[in-house]
Amino acid sequence: MLKIRNLEAGYGKLRVLKNVSMHVSGGEIVAIIGANGAGKTTLLATIAGLIRASSGEIHFLGEDISKLAAAKIPGRGCVMVPEGRQVFASMTVADNLILGGHALSRQHKKDLSRLLDHQYELFPILRERRSQLAGTLSGGEQQMLAMGRALMSKPSLVMMDEPSTGLAPLIVRDIFQIIVRLRAEGNTVLLVEQNAKAALAIADRGYVLETGKVIIQAPAEDLLANKDVQRAYLGREKLEE
Amino acid sequence: MYWQKQFECMRREDLEQLQLERLQATLYRLGTHVPFYRRKLREAKVDYEAITSLEALRSLPFTTKEDLHGNYPYGLFAVPLRDVVRIHSSSGNAGMTTVVGYSKNDIKNWSDLVARILRSAGVTALDVVQIAYDYGIFTGGLGLHYGAERLGASVIPISSGNIKRQIRIMRDFKTTALICTPSHALKLADVMMDTGVNSSELSLKYGVFGAEPWSETMRREIADRLGIIATDNYGLSEVMGPGIAGECRECNGLHINEDHFLVEVLDTATLEPVPPGEVGELVITTLTKEAFPVIRYRTRDLTRLLPGACPCGRTLARMSRILGRSDDMLIIRGVNIFPAQIQAVLADIDGTEPSYLIVVDRENHEDKLTVMVEVTEALFSDQIRKQWALAASIQERLVTDLGIQVQVKLVEEKTLERIDSKGRKVIDNRTF
Repeated sequence: MLKIRNLEAGYGKLRVLKNVSMHVSGGEIVAIIGANGAGKTTLLATIAGLIRASSGEIHFLGEDISKLAAAKIPGRGCVMVPEGRQVFASMTVADNLILGGHALSRQHKKDLSRLLDHQYELFPILRERRSQLAGTLSGGEQQMLAMGRALMSKPSLVMMDEPSTGLAPLIVRDIFQIIVRLRAEGNTVLLVEQNAKAALAIADRGYVLETGKVIIQAPAEDLLANKDVQRAYLGREKLEE
Repeated sequence: MYWQKQFECMRREDLEQLQLERLQATLYRLGTHVPFYRRKLREAKVDYEAITSLEALRSLPFTTKEDLHGNYPYGLFAVPLRDVVRIHSSSGNAGMTTVVGYSKNDIKNWSDLVARILRSAGVTALDVVQIAYDYGIFTGGLGLHYGAERLGASVIPISSGNIKRQIRIMRDFKTTALICTPSHALKLADVMMDTGVNSSELSLKYGVFGAEPWSETMRREIADRLGIIATDNYGLSEVMGPGIAGECRECNGLHINEDHFLVEVLDTATLEPVPPGEVGELVITTLTKEAFPVIRYRTRDLTRLLPGACPCGRTLARMSRILGRSDDMLIIRGVNIFPAQIQAVLADIDGTEPSYLIVVDRENHEDKLTVMVEVTEALFSDQIRKQWALAASIQERLVTDLGIQVQVKLVEEKTLERIDSKGRKVIDNRTF
């Protein structure tokens, strides 16, 4: 579905991504983990067209999207749930969701109410709060709203940037369970997370970024068993003396 | 039919993407974790970060057995020793031993890759698998054992030795799959004949053979005499061990596990790729190994890549059985022996460097290694007892260093040049 080869990108003269190659196949949850500043968010922003790649290829469903304007990319089926949710605080929950459906093609527009219902089913709390202003929601609810809004466009790929940021552990668990459910419903998820343990626990595969480079790519369970990854990102090392 | 179908039947385009991702990550880890490779890449003026295609692999330097010797024991490990859960090694004199390590993930991947090969040979979780490789520091026994267990088969770790007992167990335990060297399989058939055991008394269905050169003639003989499907598989400890490539039941070449190993077939003189389908030296780059990755390891094994798709459905490339060596290594009963190892032992004896001749024969499907040593004046003694003691001590040293049985024959000066006027150091009389 998504295939990236030798991607280079950065800010001004600062080269953040160095020769990144990665892919996401349909129906997978792929996690990108790494420390702060490793280039995780830059990678997502480059795929989303918010940052222009200086070189390399980004193929999405067979099309090179590396030169597409950011505004066109959601229409191709690749949507992002940004870090810090960025919901429209002064709009209602329902309006936020409906806004997410604007990228739908005309024939899907008539599905709008059905899609809305589906989001309410995925996130029952949003149904309860549907007439409330988004700004009044808790952090976890806003995260759900941001996810629901992204799903309203029936995307082929959902990219999530740090969905666990600033959330209580119990809420993080809920959010990650919903991501697992999304996969079960046939969605494809590219997940960027500092919470490597939680992300790898639900992902199929993972990439570890270090200073803008992929240092290892492997099935998620292998990354969890990798001692380097454990030491650097899982905050533990079982050393039986 | 398949063990990991998503990889064994991968579209070429997807496989190449996966290979590139893994190659780039491997190079990064080697370049940052292993000083030897960092130096080597710098000397070759190669920026590993600039490897943006599979073809660019060709700009990287080779890794040789000498590099492994030179970094004995742990110099090429890419993870700290505390992350290593298994260590294997080749036999050999000091300075000629190679040591390889495996992380937990390496063992898991290795097991899966061996399971693939067993599965493609026909073996399933319902089979009773008898492994008659030597269990120990060589990769053959444990490598296949873990793969067979991973597959879920019932594994009999019979190891080597006591052939009659092997046959009895094979019959009584209703072994359905035999794993050993092809010559051992024929040896078993011989002893069965001698002891009046008919292959119809056995439950054998599959034979998965490797670790030494063999031929289609041998395959037919084994298949006929044991009543099995006999398949070939390939591996070497420097790269991983068994599990690198193996035949499916089409018996038309060995599928290479390309999602874990990138292979090249190179002209031994120019070290450039041979034209498609021609014979050259197999060079392997590991793509997933954590503890002991290698880039462009020169296996010295000669093979060729086979064209066309395989009816089994696997998209993995196929290579021919090993057609020879590009160095002087001998494989005796599955054990790798270099003439230089023998020379080193002889040079050690009283500091003399006697002339020698290595003769390899195959008698009753068993390899025999004889080392003929010319007795120079320095070594000569008129006491026969002393001469015997000398032969015995050479033999003991050779057996210790090589890890296999060796015959030592002392001969008079000038004998060897009469036996072989060309001055060869090795005469291999075996036909496969």
